[in-house]
Amino acid sequence: MVAAAIETVYRDERSRILATLIRWARNLDDAEEVLQDAFATATTRWPAEGIPDKPAAWLLLTAKNRLIDRRRVESRRRKLLSQLIVDTQSPEELPDDILRLIFTCCHPVMSPEAQIALTLRTIGGLSTPEIASAFLVPESTMAQRIVRAKAKIQDAGVPYRIPNPDELPDRLFSVLRVIYLIYNEGYSRLRHELSSEAISLACQLNGWLPGQAEIEGLLALMILTHARRDARTDPNGNLITLDEQDRSLWHAPEIKHGILLVEQALSRKSLGPYQLQAAIAAVHSEGEDWPQVARLYEELLRFDNGEVVRLNHAIAVAYACGWQHGLTLLESIAGLNDYLPFHAARAQMLRRVGRIAEARAAFDRAIRLTTNRAEREYLSRVQAATTTE
Amino acid sequence: MKYMLMIYEDQAPYATVSQAEQGALFQRYMDFTSDIQKEGKMVAGEALQPSFTATTVKLKNGARVSTDGPYAESKEQLGGYYIVDVKDIEEATAIAERICRLHTWNHSYIEVRPVMVFES
Repeated sequence: MVAAAIETVYRDERSRILATLIRWARNLDDAEEVLQDAFATATTRWPAEGIPDKPAAWLLLTAKNRLIDRRRVESRRRKLLSQLIVDTQSPEELPDDILRLIFTCCHPVMSPEAQIALTLRTIGGLSTPEIASAFLVPESTMAQRIVRAKAKIQDAGVPYRIPNPDELPDRLFSVLRVIYLIYNEGYSRLRHELSSEAISLACQLNGWLPGQAEIEGLLALMILTHARRDARTDPNGNLITLDEQDRSLWHAPEIKHGILLVEQALSRKSLGPYQLQAAIAAVHSEGEDWPQVARLYEELLRFDNGEVVRLNHAIAVAYACGWQHGLTLLESIAGLNDYLPFHAARAQMLRRVGRIAEARAAFDRAIRLTTNRAEREYLSRVQAATTTE
Repeated sequence: MKYMLMIYEDQAPYATVSQAEQGALFQRYMDFTSDIQKEGKMVAGEALQPSFTATTVKLKNGARVSTDGPYAESKEQLGGYYIVDVKDIEEATAIAERICRLHTWNHSYIEVRPVMVFES
């Protein structure tokens, strides 16, 4: 029972307690160490003394005392006064600390890799080996990345504060991007636990910073995509495209939740790229409405006119308004020469408008870019069916 | 905190732009320096002669070897530096942005490095 209680508080409260400790310690390593000590103390004392009424407050107090002890020793040694603020508030009353922590981990002066690693380590509570394995890098590489990121926060003077309202949209976007990168890493590698971790981070962020349409948008986007996880692969582990998935394998309550979240986000009248992507995912979840999808991509282009969004827009237009319209849009996109979906979509469109020889050449191009057998076989099959009849 | 702002700039355009343009850049630097002095952020700063005047020194088998030119043969070369004393990296990078904006006819970037503090 004690072990379960410790596990629960570790999962639910660790990042909040840590954030408060970091504000006091002004140093991530010290805060992590004293918190680890406090958890160790709990495993020895709780079985004998019983689980405290407020486990998180108990852990915070224990860790803080440990921190004060340490600082006394240090200050004697270095003859420096401790800057410690003695504070009796419990972590539940200090949601600002965790926001300071997440905005610091995702500060734009940090590299994206460092932002991701620090966020998973400090907010997500994942261990260094877990993060290393999720990102397929050696543990020593990840450990060094985290050490350097912490050192940069400390030594380069990255401020530990919540951004001002005028800078909040930009800084929030940086936090959301980190969460979405974590999600995508899980999504593309079929590592569902990493995707769940990203959803849980966004869910917590939404609790700490309520009423932000883009947080709700990102959360909805991830929930809606994640709801299709069991339908995305066949028994051999090959990917199945959206239109060929068995919809009965989609998690219906999650889709419902996602759709409600999108609607709530959109009702705030503060449109953004994550809400639009979530709205597109919601439309795909409810059935085929290509004119609506095409309209949403057109809106999305106002926020992000990168090649991939333009490609998806062209595909939606092809389904909604005809192949020739889609093809014209697609052929105006430069820079996707090594991108399989571009050539696959182009091949399909050329085939539908009857430019057979060009379609077959485009299929060749797409097939050369495939990385697995299922994709190769699928494209070869469609290519074989592409004849002048 | 003290930060060193190292100004790397493309020095090729100096050969082609007019004296008036170069004078205007110099004037923008003078005004900028006086601004950050008034703001109480300036610690030190110097402009350097062009990179073709550089000499690189190293030891080879214990003996000094001097070679003509800068250490790194990149397009942008160190053209000068400031040391500023500000609250945090956000203020330091904001000053770096102001320096970038002084360069209207040549490309520049600023490396921002915290100065190491030794505790006694």
